[in-house]
Amino acid sequence: MKKWLPFIVAAAMALWVLSTVRAPADKDFAYTEFGRLPAVFNGRCQPLDSVARNSLLQIREKQAANIEPWKGEFENPKLIPAIEWLAAVMMKPEVADAWQVFRIDHPELVSLLKLPEKDKEKQSDGKHYSWNQMQPSLDALEKETKRASKVEGAHRTPFDQAVLKLQQRLMLYTRLKNTLQPQDAQDWPRELAEYEKLIVPGMAAMHAQQAGKEHDKAVLEKFFGFLQRFDTMSGVEPPLVVPPHHPERSRDGWMRMGEALMEMARGGKLHEAARHYAAMAGAFRSGKPDEFNRAVDAYRQTLAPKLGPELTKADRECFFNRLQPFYISMVIYVLAFLLACASWVNMSEPLRRSAVYLVALAFIVHTAGLVFRMWLESRPPVTNLYSSAIFIGWGAVVLGMVLERFYRDGIGTVVASAVGFITLIIAHHLSLGGDTMEMMRAVLDTNFWLATHVVTITIGYSSAFVAGFLAVIYVLRGAFTRTLSEATGAALSRMVYGIVCFATLFSFVGTVLGGIWADQSWGRFWGWDPKENGALIIVLWNALILHARWSGTIRERGLMNMAIAGNIVTSWSWFGVNMLGIGLHSYGFMDAAFWWLMAFVVSQLALIAIGLLPDDWWLSLRSRPPSSRGGSDGKRGKDSNGDSKLASA
Amino acid sequence: MMDRIWAFLTSLRLTVVLLAFSILLVFVGTVAQADEGLYQAQERYFKHWIVWGFSFFGHKVPLPLPGGYLLGMMLLANLVAGHIKRFEWSWRKLGIHLTHVGIILLLVGQLTTDLFSRETQMRFAEGETRHYSESAMNHELVFIADADADTQELVAVPARLLARGGELRHERLPFTIRVKSWWPNSEPAFRPPMQQNGPPLAPNGIGRHFDFKQTPETRKMEDRNIPTAVIEIVPPKGPPGAWVVSAWAGDETLVAAVRASYSRQAGPEMGNQIGDRLIEPQTVEANGRKWSFTLRPARVYNPFSITLLKTTHKVYPGTDIPKDFRSRVRIENPQTGENREVEVFMNSPLRYGGLTFYQYQMGRDELDANRGTSTLQVVRNPSWLTPYAGCIIVGVGLLVQFMIHLVGFVSRKRAV
Repeated sequence: MKKWLPFIVAAAMALWVLSTVRAPADKDFAYTEFGRLPAVFNGRCQPLDSVARNSLLQIREKQAANIEPWKGEFENPKLIPAIEWLAAVMMKPEVADAWQVFRIDHPELVSLLKLPEKDKEKQSDGKHYSWNQMQPSLDALEKETKRASKVEGAHRTPFDQAVLKLQQRLMLYTRLKNTLQPQDAQDWPRELAEYEKLIVPGMAAMHAQQAGKEHDKAVLEKFFGFLQRFDTMSGVEPPLVVPPHHPERSRDGWMRMGEALMEMARGGKLHEAARHYAAMAGAFRSGKPDEFNRAVDAYRQTLAPKLGPELTKADRECFFNRLQPFYISMVIYVLAFLLACASWVNMSEPLRRSAVYLVALAFIVHTAGLVFRMWLESRPPVTNLYSSAIFIGWGAVVLGMVLERFYRDGIGTVVASAVGFITLIIAHHLSLGGDTMEMMRAVLDTNFWLATHVVTITIGYSSAFVAGFLAVIYVLRGAFTRTLSEATGAALSRMVYGIVCFATLFSFVGTVLGGIWADQSWGRFWGWDPKENGALIIVLWNALILHARWSGTIRERGLMNMAIAGNIVTSWSWFGVNMLGIGLHSYGFMDAAFWWLMAFVVSQLALIAIGLLPDDWWLSLRSRPPSSRGGSDGKRGKDSNGDSKLASA
Repeated sequence: MMDRIWAFLTSLRLTVVLLAFSILLVFVGTVAQADEGLYQAQERYFKHWIVWGFSFFGHKVPLPLPGGYLLGMMLLANLVAGHIKRFEWSWRKLGIHLTHVGIILLLVGQLTTDLFSRETQMRFAEGETRHYSESAMNHELVFIADADADTQELVAVPARLLARGGELRHERLPFTIRVKSWWPNSEPAFRPPMQQNGPPLAPNGIGRHFDFKQTPETRKMEDRNIPTAVIEIVPPKGPPGAWVVSAWAGDETLVAAVRASYSRQAGPEMGNQIGDRLIEPQTVEANGRKWSFTLRPARVYNPFSITLLKTTHKVYPGTDIPKDFRSRVRIENPQTGENREVEVFMNSPLRYGGLTFYQYQMGRDELDANRGTSTLQVVRNPSWLTPYAGCIIVGVGLLVQFMIHLVGFVSRKRAV
């Protein structure tokens, strides 16, 4: 049994992974098919499914909508996929308006908008509210928005930020509502047909009016009424759903539905997309799945000849969305972490082996996700903060697995699974900001530098974190357990030293490559920009660790403490500098992230404090004779010349 | 004594201390950028020997720190001395040696860049030709007189001399300049005729039509300081005359901005008239020659000219995210007979005549929205190749050293 445990655990999880690959079939409305239709949003072509998921992530911070949030987890609340929610928002808004999907965390904002508090009787969970619930107090919100938007970013209170966030969420919702039809449309196919008939007499009346001649006032008024609505519709900047007339000439000429409808008045034909989407909307509103599915299918067929690449890309992205590889690998990393920690309790080999297998499985899924993303975007792995988190985790897992391969003591596995899990959690929170595959601004739009500078520097981050987490294990096991033997301590010391060397190599080369990129793109090798300085500090810190080690200033324990401090240095460079809000690399002030960063820094400082405690306070060292305690600092004799150390290190 | 200095200079502990101070300096210098502005912080922390007091998240800390130059020089000395003392040739040390040689190269390269590099900008609208580029930070007061039929005589007084105040003389100028006031940043306001205006800053030239008032110096990256001065020109004979000189009048883009601003307030016709008043030439006569003068961004002249032919500014559909910035330009060089077109775009600069031209900004003409404008960053940096070489040498050095460790480690592991 014990021998088979690792295989059983790994096989069970692998089965779970495989079970998520197959798509669940649509019951009546072909939502999946609908979600595969292409549109342009955030400057890039994507399936409606991605529009739905990313929008819901911003509005509700989840990829699915719970439309009965007041029910408890076990009362079977009705969950619907993002695309189902989006279909309703776009084609049957009066239903979607009643769904409690807007997340509001700030209690003062809840009371400002006079929203009900948590009360199951009144069907309120105190956290999620519907568009309809907020309508009566929008004036109050607007007043607060005006005030808060005038406050400079860094001085905004949490309440100000909550107000602005909600305003953005409502804005996004309005944009989505105007994607396929005017948000106030009652029977869109009929209205569209009416508009189509009105164009010729309407234009004639308009020309007559301009020429000062007699004209049919009623027709003109009605015609203008339509144009006004379409203008308002495109004015809120909804996704661009109408494909270009001549994709073979330019693939960028996508239009908003409102624009396409106005174009008709100027003598254009009714665009195929408008007709098909109207048919879908009509069928959806009147609850006729078969008709809806036929309309989706018919539209797809009109797209197929000219927009083949867009359709294929949309299909792939839908597949990727459904797979959620980073979520899956995150879950498996947690499991692996727990198993590996458990294996230290009784030094159980089967448990350790199970953990190793799980990390390997999670790593395969993680890698698959990473590669799939690269393939979708035709980009190197790191293009923004989100993907840097995913790649840092990936790099750390590789290093952890290499260490495990050599030492076979569970340490590499614990580090791999811990860093893998934490970075994926960070990535998840970064994805709440919206589309994670956003387009690259012109200055960053170069795969060569993204592939060299960004990848190298990110591997530098990975390795610094691996060194730091190894040191954390040293301190925790040393201080709180008796499992840190002399051999384990020495092994950890060698690992940290080797990884710091590796980190120095990559962070140095990455930093200088960044300088060369800067020289290539604006003629300044080094501009003392915060992000550059952050990278430089990592290089200097690693160099400091190495020189302190060579000069004998620090020994085993000092090395560990400095490696933990390396975690602080690296996380500051990764996130902290962005929060300063200056320079070319800044991504704006991230409020919630700031407190997490502070919490992380404090935790690392606490670990360093533990690392500085005298030997007698450490459980593992108490029982050892003083000579073999792995050297707290400052007890070493004269050895200021590091060369002997250099050769032996 | 010498022994002790030598031991100090070569010790690895000194390296550790210097690295620690470097980290502190870079950290403090980065955080201070939020309070002091990027440019100012760079100057004060990294391009000085000692930093007297620093700001930290809005607080002033009255402690001195070693500055960038001091730490850089000390690290360099420590590195070189250490190698002289401990140098011994062995393959095992190849990596360390290479790394340190590369770092020396990088430090020296950065120092020479600091000393010899120059950044200017070339701003033009489509169809315009420039044979000079302008500084974004520094200004000069230029005096121009006709020397003969074809050539002009030009005397440029750097703005930092004006900032010092007092009297200025130049052997080629037949008069003395007295600086009455100098404002590093300023704002213009038109003096509408037939209205109750206060007394003018100067009774001559643009002073009759415009008031200027001092505004606080900006430290933001995206804003510029626009100086104005009131000067007195004292000719050899006759009474002195007071004048206002302002970069608002000497910088074409600012004049265009003033025109556009008044066009919005008072209609295009008035806006243009007011703009014309701003660029009315200011002249003085001395010794029978007529000298015109303006305060303008400091210029660097090139022996060739560049014409902006076409600008391309693409964004991603439905967004404002820039997708492509590029300028098509023509280079004309009478010395070499060159006359060719070339494209400058993001991440693809033009290197020509010892200068590098980078696509920097793109815009629309303030008055003609159909006319694209472009700003090229013009950089002269004789040591631009040193980071490339330094990076390769250090990279190889670190890699060699790392591989030596790794191979040793793996073979030891295998042996166990």
